[in-house]
Parts: sequence; C-alpha cells; structure tokens
Amino acid sequence: MKTKGSDYLIRDEARGIWRVDPEQAVRDDVEKHYWLNVGRTIVKDWRLYVMLVPMLLVFLFWRYLPMYELLGAFKVSDEVKPVSEQLFAGFSYFKTLMAGASTLSTEFWRAMRNTFLLSFYGLCFGFPMPIILALFFNEIRSNAARSIYQVTTYLPKFMSTVVMTSLVTMLVKQGSTLQSAGIISQFLRDLGIISAETANAGLLNNPAYFRAIYQISGIWEEAGYGSIVFFAAIIAISPTSYEAAQIDGANKWAQMRYVVLPSILSTIVIMLITRIGSLLNIGYEKVLLLYNPNTYVTADVVSTFAQRYGLAGAQKGIASAAEMMNNVIGMLLVIGANTVARKASNVSLY
Amino acid sequence: MKRKLEISELIFKILSYLFLTIFALMCLYPFIYAIAASVSGRHAVEYGQVVLLPKDVQFDAFSRMFNDNMFWNSYSNTLFLTIYGTIWALGVAILGGYALSKKRLLFRKFFNFFLVFTMWFAAGIVPQYLNYLATKDVFNSIGITDDKWLVVIAMGMAAMNIILLRNAFENVPSEIEEAAIVDGAGEFQVLSKVYIPMSKSTIATVALFFAISRWNGYFWARQMISNQNEHPLQVFIRLKLEQFTDPEAMAGWNEVYASDSVIYALIVCSIVPILIIYPFIQKYFAKGTNAGGVKE
Repeated sequence: MKTKGSDYLIRDEARGIWRVDPEQAVRDDVEKHYWLNVGRTIVKDWRLYVMLVPMLLVFLFWRYLPMYELLGAFKVSDEVKPVSEQLFAGFSYFKTLMAGASTLSTEFWRAMRNTFLLSFYGLCFGFPMPIILALFFNEIRSNAARSIYQVTTYLPKFMSTVVMTSLVTMLVKQGSTLQSAGIISQFLRDLGIISAETANAGLLNNPAYFRAIYQISGIWEEAGYGSIVFFAAIIAISPTSYEAAQIDGANKWAQMRYVVLPSILSTIVIMLITRIGSLLNIGYEKVLLLYNPNTYVTADVVSTFAQRYGLAGAQKGIASAAEMMNNVIGMLLVIGANTVARKASNVSLY
Repeated sequence: MKRKLEISELIFKILSYLFLTIFALMCLYPFIYAIAASVSGRHAVEYGQVVLLPKDVQFDAFSRMFNDNMFWNSYSNTLFLTIYGTIWALGVAILGGYALSKKRLLFRKFFNFFLVFTMWFAAGIVPQYLNYLATKDVFNSIGITDDKWLVVIAMGMAAMNIILLRNAFENVPSEIEEAAIVDGAGEFQVLSKVYIPMSKSTIATVALFFAISRWNGYFWARQMISNQNEHPLQVFIRLKLEQFTDPEAMAGWNEVYASDSVIYALIVCSIVPILIIYPFIQKYFAKGTNAGGVKE
C-alpha cells in the first residue's frame, strides 16, 4: 500500500525508500516561472496581442475612465478641481436624493418612477405589437405584397431620433389664431378624442399626453423592425405541422394556439427577458428631445434629471449620484435577466 | 388537392390584410405629410388645409435650404463623422474581435468580461461628459483642434458589435486557417485573406450598425462640438426646429411659404439619402437582428 508523504516525495517500493518526485519538480518549476511563460507566449504570439490593444485602449479611456469620475458622486462638486482633489462628501448626495425634504428628492423619485413607467408601458404596449405584426405577415402568401408591407413598416426605424422627434413635434404642435394645430392634433380633435383647446395648447405641452405620444411614436418606429426576429421564428415552422393540425380538424385559432404559439414561445420568452432586463436603461435622447418644462411631471427620467442638474446646471455630484443609483439597479436587472434566460433556454444573451 | 379555406382562416386572412394595410399607411403617412407640407403654400400649411396632397405648390422652402451654406456644411460634417467614424470603429472592432475569437489567447475570459461589463454598467451622462472634456483637452494639447475627431475616436464604440464579429470569426473552420498557415501566411494575412472574406456579411452588418449610429448621433455631438460650423446634420435640424417653433422668433416671418415648410423640407432632405440606399442595406439589417442570440 502506498502512503504519500508529501507532494515532493514518492515511495520507491523496490528499494523501500522515499525519494523526490521528479514530475513535481517540473510542476514547481512551471509554477515558479508562470509569468515568464506568460511573457514568452505573448512574445511568440505578439501579433494577436497587438491586435487587442486598440480595443482595450478605447474601452479603457472612454468606458472605464468615466467610471472613475463616478467618485464625484461622493465628493463635493467643484467646477475647477479634478475629481481626485475634491473633498469627500460621503453619502450626502445619496441621502439628499433619497430622503431629503428638498424638491431634489421629490424630483428624483418622480424621475425614477417615470423611468420605470415609460419602460413598463413600453413592455405592455410596445412589446406585443411586433409579435402581432409577424403573425399577420405570415398570413400574406404573396411574396411581393408581403415585401411591400414589411418594407413600409421597417421604414420609420431608419430615421434618426432627431428627425423622428422633429416630425412628432410638428405633427402635434400648438395652434393659435394665426396657425392651426399640427395635423395629428387636428385629426384627434375632429374625431372628438381631444378638445379644440387641448389641441391648440399643443399635445407636447400637456403632461397627460406625454406617455401616450412616447409609446405611440415608439411603436411607429420600432414595431415593424422588431417583427423581423419573430417572423424568422414563424417561417421556420415546418408546413407539415400545419397540415397535421388541419387533418386533425384544427381551425385557424386552434392552429395559432397549438402550432404557432408553442413554436415561437422560446423567442418570445428570450425577448421578454431581455426587455425586462433593460427596464431602467431608457433611451434618454428621445425624452430629451420631446420633453419641456411643462411635461416634467410625466416625462422627466433619471438621465434627463442628471443632464439637467449636471450638465445644464452645476450640481455634478447630485447628478452623478442619481444616475449611479439608476444604473446599478439596471445592472442588477440585466444580470438577473441573463441568469434567468440561461436557465430557461440554455441561451445566454451576452 | 387544394383545400378549401375554412371560414376561420378566411376571416383571419381578411383581418391581416386589413390590419397590415392600416398599419403600413399609418407608418407612411407622416412622411407623405412632410413631403406635401414642404412644397405647399403658406396659407395652406398654416391653416391646416394640407392633408395628403400638396396645395399651392412652391419650392422656395427647398431652395432656401439649398442656398443655406450651413446646411451643406452640416451635411458634409455628418458624412465626415459617418465615414471616418465607421472606418475607425470597424477597424478596432475587427482586430479586437479576431483576437478574442482565438482560443489560445491568454486571459481570454478576462478580456471578454472587460467588454461585456460595459454593456451592463455605464457610468452615466455626467461622468462621461467630464471624461470627454478631459479628452478634448488632451486632443487640443496635441494639436487636434477639430472637435469632430474627438467624436470620431472617442464615441460610438459598442461591445455588442465586437461580440457579433467575435462569434462570426469563431464560426470560421480552423482547417482553413491551418491551411493558410502551412502556405506561409502570417497572423495579419490570415485575418485579411481568410477571416475577413469569410465573414463578409457579418462585417457588413456591423459596419451598417456603426454607420447608422454615427449618422444618427446627436446628443454628444451637440455637447462636445463647440464650433457651429462643425455641427453635424442632426444638430443642425434640431437647432432649426428650436428656432422655428419659437413663436417670438418667428413673429416677423414674411415669406410666401410657411416657416413650418422649412422644417419639413429639412426633414425630407435628411431622409432622402437613406431612402436611396435603403433597398441595398435592408437585408443586412434583417440579418443583424437575427444574430442576436449570442453566447459566451
């Protein structure tokens, strides 16, 4: 029976003595010269590492160095001094934001609520729309007709945010005695959905309509393009599945329920989870371009709050702290969603 | 034997045509209205008489735009940002994605995490602003005074695009690479002669993503480019919109066309080039979204 004395000694049964294990000496040597070997590999393969350098530098300078500036959230804001020389303020900004009696705190919580609500309504109304579109695209048997429908619905996605928001602004703009209101406002007025006064005051000046405008313009922009991924899942269904269902006497609704839906369910789940993961990462450009002081109540999100106080105003510490809280919660949501997705489907999103 | 359509299938078919037609028209209408309003007369636009077709046709709003030097200036600035920005970002992404796709790369896990972490957590607007300001100082001190280079080099890199490229490179069979190495190709030749040609469609998709984000870039371009002559088109459009929707600034408006027509003309001018290249790039766009299911 072999008893092991240590990593270094092995039993020589033939001679009945312990002696040094030569393999362990090699292992030791490798361990001792680990960094030397790393260096050798890098030198031998230097071209590969040179290729990596530009990417690392770009991310280091413009993605990771800003994270260092986050220190500003814990320091007394100063317009002149760099963040490293500012005095520590501890968690005072976080306290002001979360529990302060000032308007800052109310505005921050309002912004948090708006961020969540805008995303959440997007999930309720914006998310199902591409799926419905994809289901309908599938019904169009003529390729030419379907292409026309698809191309027209993808089109708004190709506008920039500025052009899209400019169009929206113009279409619902305010009217006066000299000018009539925007054309969409006029339609809504003629249909009796809004009153003439509301139309003339400008829908974008009315906090009650901001969320609706945001969601509808979102659907206009995204729905067609978003349907691509679902449509790809639907056309992957084998025609034999439909035939089998038809032979069993399934009508259209039954086919939808028992053939199409189960086939695209995994795609839907993945997209849904991604969407939930990015609940707090809202595109601030669109809000910034559509909102104005009249609609802060429903429109102001955390990023625009930070932009207003940190960039337009001079409270950089408060602004950093607000966005940091939002982004940390956002990160936890993304990681959580990714974990769930991995468990649910063995597909990791990142 | 062709089956007769069941009643439920017929209803569904009619419903889908109806729904899609309405939805497609709603998608299209704002553009049609913008075109009509940009060429209609002042009275017709201001009193909301333009609904679908132009009325009292004029082209003065367009000619005002075309005679504006700032407009052409902003257009060329946007082209500058789009072309150089895409080349720079794509070059960095291809090299990085290639290196990351190699299993023999040391600390590969760490580099991947380094990349992916930026998709999870961003520092936010204010820290990024301070960072860009510092970058701007550095650029100025080494003699680059044109802020457009700051936008080209510092902004618009996306980890997602590098991951798309990495996955495409991983799918290239290693036998081909080995054959190339046996034939005496070096690392850079393997990349340029084997990997890039074999992943052309993904590279086109990623290039498109970069180009679109550059073309559309607004917020940081407005924040960081201080010289008005260097502003890209998006900033120009926004500034014009802010100016033209301000009733006080427009009180003395005295032209044969409405001030709104100028904005609509500007919108039309910025969409037209995209409409022209749209048929060619459409398929890459569709491909890009389907490549979304990535793994680590």
